[in-house]
Amino acid sequence: MNDEYIAGSRLERVLRSGRFAVTAELNPPDSADPQEVYDAAVVLSQVCDAINATDGSGANCHMSSMAICALLVRAGYEPVFQMSCRDRNRIAMQGDLLGAVAMGVRNVLCLTGDDVTAGDQPQAKRVFDLDSIQLLRTITIMRDKGMFLSGRKLTTPPRVFLGAASNPFVPPYEWRPLRLAKKVEAGAGFVQTQYCFDVPRLRQFMQRVRDLGLHERVYILVGVGPLRSEKAAEFMRTRVPGVHIPDEIVDRLRKTPKGQKRSEGKRICVEIIQQVREIEGVAGIHVMAYRQEELVAEIIEEAGLLPRPSRLGAPDPRELARPRKWSRA
Amino acid sequence: MSLGSTLRDHPHFLEQLYRLTAYVVRKLDPLVARIGYDRANRWLRYPEEWVKRIVFDCRMCGQCVLHSTGMTCPMSCPKNLRNGPCGGVRGNGHCEVIPEMKCVWTEAYERSLKMPVYGQEILWLQPPVNRQLEGTSAWVNMLTGIDREPPPGWQGTTQEIELSVQP
Repeated sequence: MNDEYIAGSRLERVLRSGRFAVTAELNPPDSADPQEVYDAAVVLSQVCDAINATDGSGANCHMSSMAICALLVRAGYEPVFQMSCRDRNRIAMQGDLLGAVAMGVRNVLCLTGDDVTAGDQPQAKRVFDLDSIQLLRTITIMRDKGMFLSGRKLTTPPRVFLGAASNPFVPPYEWRPLRLAKKVEAGAGFVQTQYCFDVPRLRQFMQRVRDLGLHERVYILVGVGPLRSEKAAEFMRTRVPGVHIPDEIVDRLRKTPKGQKRSEGKRICVEIIQQVREIEGVAGIHVMAYRQEELVAEIIEEAGLLPRPSRLGAPDPRELARPRKWSRA
Repeated sequence: MSLGSTLRDHPHFLEQLYRLTAYVVRKLDPLVARIGYDRANRWLRYPEEWVKRIVFDCRMCGQCVLHSTGMTCPMSCPKNLRNGPCGGVRGNGHCEVIPEMKCVWTEAYERSLKMPVYGQEILWLQPPVNRQLEGTSAWVNMLTGIDREPPPGWQGTTQEIELSVQP
């Protein structure tokens, strides 16, 4: 990695400084009111370096990730714009990228996306015109060569810090580090993984990643999140695509008395963060908790990851958010 | 056990067959050129589809990369992924979208390990699909070269990945 910043985003600066980074996922509201975005972001922004705006995760429709990123930028936060290949063809995605960067987005996460059948509108047409690796390279071409895929020149190329996803926890396991290598080759500068509940599996993956020399070319943020109960765990591992939860974790929650399950789930998450931090090549964590922003804040605090370096000197986001409160007037 | 799945379990045989087919098709190039590529496409596309559908469950994308994807058709992946498996593969190696089907890429990866000739090509970065070629003959497109023509912006980018050790 050379000395110049690729995009100079806050996330890139934290990662490049060698500090353990923390990102968190914001679940877009089913609403047209920006205040709901600000309410969720206020909590997250205190405890993380960047906020991911999901793009119809689980193939369920919510407020668009691009709009959320624009709102977050307006309020002084650092968003990660998630782009999935499921809903848009290459023309739409290249256009959306330029629009997002124009609105101040500096981090983009390129995803294949959950299939339409995972969501509540399985009748929809799936697009998948590009795959995530082709999308990564398409944006790299726009950024570094200053042109669209068609070769047409851009007057100002988009300066973005590109990210990709990785799932070390599902088969084919031996292939996963190689797929990560493809993503790095296509332009990924950081990687956020799927939920990690199986630390030994992650260690194996990271061993291979280090053998291939990838940990020196890409920042790896491991995905973590709390489980509310054994029922939630069961739901996630059977219904949410790509989530692997070992039986030990589910059993541990099952044995926990009622009323303490939530805190036990949180404790498991904090323990996983502490184990993950020890693995060589892990540059940070990515916390995901569906609509439980307060819980995310508690986890990050209990894992001893506060205060966040990037918050220092930045304006209080509450002050930025308040005057922009949406009103009917 | 269908004929197709039996054959697909012998990827080394198939890659040799691919090599032979590619050789024969290239040898026939002068003849095809005289017939005219457009006319040859009209003649060949149905026989090609018939053969490839039986053996590979071919979707006639018109730009065949079978030998680079473990002799397994990537277009039979419900997400049409050409660069490897998505993150939704189930614990038993089955597809996220069609639970009773084995993930196309799990199979492709296993088969590529048994392919001494083209097995390494599974690590190549595949450019975006040219959707205009859908339904046309990949054999004829191989002769005109249009199947290997990436979008103009993509040209000049690396195809192979850089690794500190060979996998």
